[in-house]
Amino acid sequence: MFGKLSWAAIPLDQPLPMIASAIVALAILAVLAWVVVRGHFPYLWNEWITSVDHKRIGIMYILLAMVMLLRGFSDAIMMRLQQAIAYNAPGFLPPEHFNQVFSAHGTIMIFFVAMPFMIGLMNFVVPLQLGVRDVAFPTLNSVGFWLTATGALLINLSLVVGEFARTGWLPYPPLSELPYSPDVGVDYYLWGLQISGIGTVLSGINLVTTVLKMRASGMTYLRMPMFCWTTLATNLLIIAAFPILTATLAMLILDRYLGFHFFTNDAGGNMMMFMNLIWAWGHPEVYILVLPAFGIYSEVISTFSRKPLFGYRSMVAATMSICLLSFMVWLHHFFTMGAGADVNAIFGIATMIIAVPTGVKIFNWLFTMYGGRIQFTAPLLWSLGFMVTFIIGGMTGVLLAVPPVDFVLHNSLFLVAHFHNVIIGGVLFGAFAGYMYWFPKAFGFKLHDGLGKAAFWFWIVGFYVAFMPLYAAGLLGATRRMQHYEVAEWRPWLVIAAVGAGIILIGIILQIAQLVVSIRQREKLRDTSGDPWDGRSLEWATPSPPPSFNFAVLPQVTGEDAFWTQKAQAREEGSAKGGVRYEPIEMPLNSPTGFVCAFFATIIGFAMIWHIWWMAIVGLIGAFATFVVFAWRDHEGYVIPADEVARAVGAAR
Amino acid sequence: MSHEIEEPHGAAEYPPGEEEGSVGQRLLGYGVGLGLAILLTATSFFVISTDIFWLPSIPVAIIVLAIAQMGVHVVFFLHITTGADNTNNVMALAFGILIVLLVVGGSLWIMANLDHNMVPMDQLMQMQR
Amino acid sequence: MTAATLAHDELYQKRIRTGFGFWLFILSDMVIFSCLFAAHAVLATRTAGGPSGAELFDLTNVAFETAFLLASSFTCGLASIAAAERNRFWFQIAMAVTCVLGLAFLALEIREFAGMIERGAGPTRSAFLSSFYALVGCHGVHVFAGILWLLTMMAQVQAKGFRPDIQRRNLCFALFWHALDIIWVAIFSIVYLLGVAL
Repeated sequence: MFGKLSWAAIPLDQPLPMIASAIVALAILAVLAWVVVRGHFPYLWNEWITSVDHKRIGIMYILLAMVMLLRGFSDAIMMRLQQAIAYNAPGFLPPEHFNQVFSAHGTIMIFFVAMPFMIGLMNFVVPLQLGVRDVAFPTLNSVGFWLTATGALLINLSLVVGEFARTGWLPYPPLSELPYSPDVGVDYYLWGLQISGIGTVLSGINLVTTVLKMRASGMTYLRMPMFCWTTLATNLLIIAAFPILTATLAMLILDRYLGFHFFTNDAGGNMMMFMNLIWAWGHPEVYILVLPAFGIYSEVISTFSRKPLFGYRSMVAATMSICLLSFMVWLHHFFTMGAGADVNAIFGIATMIIAVPTGVKIFNWLFTMYGGRIQFTAPLLWSLGFMVTFIIGGMTGVLLAVPPVDFVLHNSLFLVAHFHNVIIGGVLFGAFAGYMYWFPKAFGFKLHDGLGKAAFWFWIVGFYVAFMPLYAAGLLGATRRMQHYEVAEWRPWLVIAAVGAGIILIGIILQIAQLVVSIRQREKLRDTSGDPWDGRSLEWATPSPPPSFNFAVLPQVTGEDAFWTQKAQAREEGSAKGGVRYEPIEMPLNSPTGFVCAFFATIIGFAMIWHIWWMAIVGLIGAFATFVVFAWRDHEGYVIPADEVARAVGAAR
Repeated sequence: MSHEIEEPHGAAEYPPGEEEGSVGQRLLGYGVGLGLAILLTATSFFVISTDIFWLPSIPVAIIVLAIAQMGVHVVFFLHITTGADNTNNVMALAFGILIVLLVVGGSLWIMANLDHNMVPMDQLMQMQR
Repeated sequence: MTAATLAHDELYQKRIRTGFGFWLFILSDMVIFSCLFAAHAVLATRTAGGPSGAELFDLTNVAFETAFLLASSFTCGLASIAAAERNRFWFQIAMAVTCVLGLAFLALEIREFAGMIERGAGPTRSAFLSSFYALVGCHGVHVFAGILWLLTMMAQVQAKGFRPDIQRRNLCFALFWHALDIIWVAIFSIVYLLGVAL
């Protein structure tokens, strides 16, 4: 009746997951209680859960990412503590548990922190920068978000019902096959990612269509803000690469559920094909993560240098060439798997070539700052920190791209240090920069800058203290994912790394403090102009927060840095704001489709994981019914009358 | 085109799948597409079923015929053409084809290389015992 | 421009966007299939002592499947013309014929799979067969989903006529159905024909 599910699935004998789950359950209940008791539920349902507004959806993505950052970071603290302690000792995390921790850490950080953060920022900002009212497919946007949330829910559910995968964040066969992972852990991973993967592809389709087919009048491709170009490149990569992940995970699902032999040890299976296909996705994935960050840096650096971006066209060329080249290097993730020297050499050279366009970008950012009047706000600090940190990480990457070197360093702590270097230095710093930069636009008040700067310094110092020692340990032969070790030379480095994690923890606490303090002091930090940084692009031409329709009158664009040009012209002409004729605006209706669809997706995922077949069928029927109900609706939108438009714009200024 | 959805002035784009012309012209388009597809399909089956072709040429012939038939579908059924109204659609298709070639071609090359260099699986399993 | 032209403009822009977005989805679906094709190419010789393609495939059956699917693509095109002309009668007829042809295709395919499984050539027999069932089966699942969609569109047109949003969905359906035939061309050529010859 309930497949493999039984009460034994709850790990009552393991204190750590039980305590963690209890804390999380209490937190969720507390929030729910507050919402219900204060009567906020109708507001939440009508204004956020069923919202198809790209701004609200973007904020929810980022909220999801931040909450998941706490979970992923807890896993990181546990790993650092374990490795600091477990020299000639068992430590406090038994191997079966430690393996789940590092698998969950990687899975959560990549799929449920980095991706949602970037997708959230792209969703919020791009329609505003393009001067349009919403993305191409607003309801689909909502579906995409809620499916991602479903994936996150399933992964976190594994903490309290069942267990998680022990295979690392990429479930290599044959370990991930049924004989060696008979429990539900790998299945949680597979279904969680398949479902959120659908959400990601929907987002990709949405944003590519928006950038290519919807721009303000006069905004040609070469007048788009740089963030929109990187959004285009990122989402083209999503559309091209995520299907590879879907297909490969599907093959593993077929192996585990129906006894197929894609990657098994017997009957002709080829497990190396898994590595090949998964990295054909995996490499574009890291560019999907970092390209939006590059776009954020372009925006932040040019705004806070008070100069147009240097070398706009070369930036565009560099972005699109990274987009293309990212599909030509994937073998560098498995140089040691037995391909011949010729194959290794070609992919090694391609990997070095892909560093060049990134170098172009770094020089362009430097030249943007040179001769500018720099304002050292927190977002700019994150950008400067990125440039130093990412260069180091990139160089260690080029080092690893040399196959003979990789034969020594593959899967060592050197590799771990490298990818954290580029992902934290590149993606996460960019996310934080974007968060602080666009927060006033989203909420109408700035974040406390002092606390932001303090958080930055603890983060960057903590990062170096946590990860530079790992380079050393890796060069001394330390392997990744060690639950315990007996080599004395590694220990000091791992202890220092643990201290670094602690410093980062303070950075995170400061970020939480920043948010709390800023909300408390929001009147003092209020921005009524809509343009707190004297920005250059169109999102700053709206009130903060923007009304649902973004622009009362759709803008006309005459050049790059559209808003900067508008402001300059307004100053010259001394124009008054009078004489604007407001028209009624049609906006898409909110819809519960996304949430309901995700509800059924959760049921399908949970049912498939625990082999409850009837429940899966119910879920599928429900999902199909949701689409039919959505298709049957008679009204797609509602009209905002002209006077309400005028009021929404006037009231906020 | 349908009466309700007309092209506004200056519309320089078509969605994929859309085409102009009278009913007769469009019917003819689908008919020609069907005819060409039948011809190409029949040819493929014929190539396999006889002995008259030199063996190594057969895979090439089949693949060429398949590509031709996919092209017939794209042009006659999906109405994706190289006109100015279709640029984005063609670019997307070209990008998709490039990715497919890179991933499939790259995978085949890599896996063949691994196969060549590695011990066969059964033998490897024997060595473990 | 008058308000009416602006409204038409907006509807036409929506149609362009919807079609383009769905085209992107189809390209992403093609990438999924190309991964399955790549897997099939890699695993084609790994028959683990079991039957190979030449021993299993019935090319006459494949010819019929191809004929049915190709014909259904043609009738789907007729349905598109009928939709553009807002002719409910011919639309429903063409869609119904498309449905029957699609179901006939599926029936032949299910019969083929059942027959093979009965002879011990199921997907668990060897990696080659796993990749065959996954690739051809994935296409079959897409055809099945397409038929569900087809029936939904017939019901929608019957209930609500040729509203702009329904027309957009008809456009997307047609793209989907034709794309399935394109994939079938690759399947019968590479999996079946080359599978028998090589």
